Amino acid sequence: MKAIRNFFENTKPHVQKGSKFHWLHSTHDAFFTLLFVQKDTSKSGTHIHDYTDLKRTMGIVVLSVVPALLFGMYNVGYQHFGALGQLADTTFFQLFLFGFLKVLPVIIVSYVSGLGIEFIFAQLRGHEVNEGFLVSGILIPLIMPINTPLWMIAVATAFAVVFGKEVFGGTGMNIWNPALVARAFLFFAYPAQMSGDSVWISASGIEKMADGFTGATPMAEAVLGNIEFSAWDAFIGLIPGSIGETSALAILIGALILIVTGVGSWRIMLSTIVGGAFMGVLLNLFAVNTYMELEFWKHLIIGGFAFGAIFMATDPVSAAQTVRGKWIYGFLVGVLAILIRVLNPAFPEGMMLAILLMNTFAPLIDHYVIQGNIKRRLKRAQVNA
Amino acid sequence: MSDREPLFSKKNLNLLSDPMDNSNPITVQVLGICSALAVTAQLKPSVVMSISVMAVLGFANVIISLLRNGIPNRIRIIVQLVVIAALVILVDQVLKAFVYDVSRQLSVFVGLIITNCIIMGRLEAFALGNKPWPAFLDGVGNAAGYGVILIIVGFFRELLGAGTLYGYKIIPDSWYIVNGGFYENNGLMVLSPMALVAVGIIIWVQRSRNRQLIED
Repeated sequence: MKAIRNFFENTKPHVQKGSKFHWLHSTHDAFFTLLFVQKDTSKSGTHIHDYTDLKRTMGIVVLSVVPALLFGMYNVGYQHFGALGQLADTTFFQLFLFGFLKVLPVIIVSYVSGLGIEFIFAQLRGHEVNEGFLVSGILIPLIMPINTPLWMIAVATAFAVVFGKEVFGGTGMNIWNPALVARAFLFFAYPAQMSGDSVWISASGIEKMADGFTGATPMAEAVLGNIEFSAWDAFIGLIPGSIGETSALAILIGALILIVTGVGSWRIMLSTIVGGAFMGVLLNLFAVNTYMELEFWKHLIIGGFAFGAIFMATDPVSAAQTVRGKWIYGFLVGVLAILIRVLNPAFPEGMMLAILLMNTFAPLIDHYVIQGNIKRRLKRAQVNA
Repeated sequence: MSDREPLFSKKNLNLLSDPMDNSNPITVQVLGICSALAVTAQLKPSVVMSISVMAVLGFANVIISLLRNGIPNRIRIIVQLVVIAALVILVDQVLKAFVYDVSRQLSVFVGLIITNCIIMGRLEAFALGNKPWPAFLDGVGNAAGYGVILIIVGFFRELLGAGTLYGYKIIPDSWYIVNGGFYENNGLMVLSPMALVAVGIIIWVQRSRNRQLIED
């Protein structure tokens, strides 16, 4: 640790203003503050410092997705050996190791391509390097099918960072959730790799699937009218799906971390789930096919609903900011996700589109909430006068 | 007449070259976006569309310029529309006769050249107040500026979206995932939102090269 600190102290004069490597100063700064507490304080004006800076906040979000990530790794192995019909012969450790080796390259590719672009932009514009991508970089692998080729993930990440974030001015200025922009890009650009029955299970070495084994997600099955899946499996997460989205249990642990530390908005989480349940009940009442008859609570544990509600919809930048706005925003995300999922067979997973759509409307919701508040208070002021 | 301006004076050449960069109809004046998004999924329609617009705009500018002293101000828009519509119908007929398949691909967008804002804009802004020769150069220049953007966008959309260029295969078949390779065409490129992003990238590149174009 001492050696690293010395390295940073020694290199510092070389990145000061006017010296040769000044253009690297924000990179130097970014790595230094990632490893150590910054000693420099602001020199002018009054600043209020809080110990929960952007880095801490992002760190907690990364921590909260770790359960989903670890379970996702295990599930990759579980699905693979399940498809081979060899589950009985493999140990827990083997399953996990298989998944770990499959998921690790995806995470590395996502971080390298995303952070690379982030650093380049920071240097070109003379900005500080922001920590925003630390979260996007871990969320992107979690919402990809395990079989997505690595170069596609690199392309999608690059697209998401440049067009989801940098063109709007970088971290904190983006309209949409960058991780979902990456997924939406892949979904429309390479549909064959992002949907269907064959992409959810790591296929390397599989020549013959075990009898009666299907790689389709419960939602793809449900569109076909087959809603028989084990709710317990779906809750624990032993179903095919994107890497991190399958386990409602692991996601709930993450949600707990986010709520206890106050990093994620419980209002958005709760209202999204209420919205989804409301739409589920509504569809039950007017059911004309088997998918519409699916119990409302089962919608909440299959597919990306739980993951989206906890980690995606709550993104503090792209979500609504006002308290009342958050309730409206979350509720509509839930309603739209289930609506798209059930009524549009072309989009088996509605969560991504619902969140992106509501991200677009979040500023509008905030605007009307604020205007309504102003109007109400004005009225009160006039009555008193 | 000794003070007569040479045909290709510096001023006249600027009429040709300015629209290519500093006053490009698509990236600077932001006109004609609609057709730029619609016809650029492949290179061939982009090229044909550029040539058609060039023919219409060049000749419409000349005709309006010739008529400019005889057109009553109050009905000038109608006169302009008649001229443009006549030229578009001519172009449409030529396309149908000689490149029928492209004409089918372009479908309604040939007819919609009539409503292309660039044409109306140049007639109003330039042809009504200038002599035929500069008006012709201005028309060709603006249409070329429009065409350059169309062709750049069409080039990338066809290459990345279909793996071909002007209908010829560029990406080898063996690269594709279905044939055991690693590559896949980018389906988003074929959809018009990506054309908007492509035009956006061009605007981005142009304005970081030429900072005078950046508005506050």
